[in-house]
Amino acid sequence: MKVHVDEAKCCGAGQCVLIAPEVFDQRDEDGIVVLLTPEPAEDQRSDVREAAAVCPAAAITLDEDPS
Amino acid sequence: MSRHDPDIRLPLTGDGPLDPPAEWQRLRERCPMATAELPSGDKATYLTRYDDVKSLLSDARFSRPTATDNAARIAPDGAGGPAANGDTSLAIPDRGEPHQRWRRQVGKYLTAKRMTALRPGMVSIAESLVEDMVEHGQPADLKAAVGFPFPVYVICDLLGVPAEDRDRFSYWSDAFLNVSRYTTDETRAAHTELNQYMATLIAAKHTEPGEDLLSTLIAESAEEGEGLSDDQLLHTGVALLVAGHETTANMIGKMVSMLLADRTRWERLLADPSLVRTAVDEALRFDANLGFGLRRYLGEDVDLDGRILPGGTTVICSMPAANRDERVFADPDEMDLGRSPNPHLTFGAGPHSCLGQTLARSELQVVLDVLLRKLPTLHLAVPAQELQRVEGLLVGGLRTVPVGW
Repeated sequence: MKVHVDEAKCCGAGQCVLIAPEVFDQRDEDGIVVLLTPEPAEDQRSDVREAAAVCPAAAITLDEDPS
Repeated sequence: MSRHDPDIRLPLTGDGPLDPPAEWQRLRERCPMATAELPSGDKATYLTRYDDVKSLLSDARFSRPTATDNAARIAPDGAGGPAANGDTSLAIPDRGEPHQRWRRQVGKYLTAKRMTALRPGMVSIAESLVEDMVEHGQPADLKAAVGFPFPVYVICDLLGVPAEDRDRFSYWSDAFLNVSRYTTDETRAAHTELNQYMATLIAAKHTEPGEDLLSTLIAESAEEGEGLSDDQLLHTGVALLVAGHETTANMIGKMVSMLLADRTRWERLLADPSLVRTAVDEALRFDANLGFGLRRYLGEDVDLDGRILPGGTTVICSMPAANRDERVFADPDEMDLGRSPNPHLTFGAGPHSCLGQTLARSELQVVLDVLLRKLPTLHLAVPAQELQRVEGLLVGGLRTVPVGW
């Protein structure tokens, strides 16, 4: 799985950090998303899917099966 | 029905105090862009489908109407308080790039990391409020004892308001928003006193800064030279209080009521407290008393899934109706405490989605954790059907939440 984040769309709600803190963080300067782990491990993927699904700005997209 | 007759009149209410209005289902099915008459007599378009509500709220072109927009009013002039029709002159940019900048300046103080750091403080506030409630004996009103003071105490800590001023803050915030309980003069006086207090507080933070939000914003303004003016700081503080007090206070009461109305829900959480995180979001989704919904004034035509809403239309987005859309949520009328993912729209969506949502979630999780731990035998002291709704226009809730333990 490959994770992409769109900083321009991000509204800093922080949902992703609450759900998957090993994969997402927020910048100290403005609360915008920081991608810590672009290729999450197996056991992190369901949290990442949840984070992407609930992102209020639809700023997280997933490539489930990158070639 | 002629095209000038409204399809519905708002507000809609459900049968029981926690029930959704039956009309939502019909509207989502047959009339997803209904013409609604508001209490002011003005007309608006009422959206109830998830995709429509989400797409309109996410549309960066539109925001909360201002006085110059000529949008439909919710309440008649003079009723509903200054917050009802969006004519408060808050010195905060509300759209475009300046809005985005303000959001990021304040938002960085409301990140998930910061909220995690604030959590121990929140836990001790919640514990001491629950202990005070228990000391006063049962039955107690959970809303007055815990729900109402908790978020205002947390916001006071955030802003750096000393503990001894918390209850004055509570009163001002209540009088500012709760127009049915206070006279216009009381509301106006509260507004003035709160503004004066904030101005004094900001002056004090200039000379003796602390670790709080206001001091941090002041320090950054001094460094960067293009931060927030004192006037903007004042309105930012007031905005946090207005946005974060009554809403969370009511949500605490409604969440606990929904969990206790069917006690198997409470028992499921006792058996597995790790469900608290998803349970809080499910309570946010399931809440049928969220209030009116969010208003948007369309400055231009909008294409919603092939249907055109003409420019000049005022739209009411019903998040609670969208949150029960069967196209998105399986068994939407079941409260499933483990539901995941739960992309509900209670905090809105897109560039205006609730800036304080991580704060609100943390507060709700803390309160629920503390109640489960300290009062596992908690129960409603009246039948759930006898709970009474608040007659407010803006923020929906229950008047009291009588509990025993």
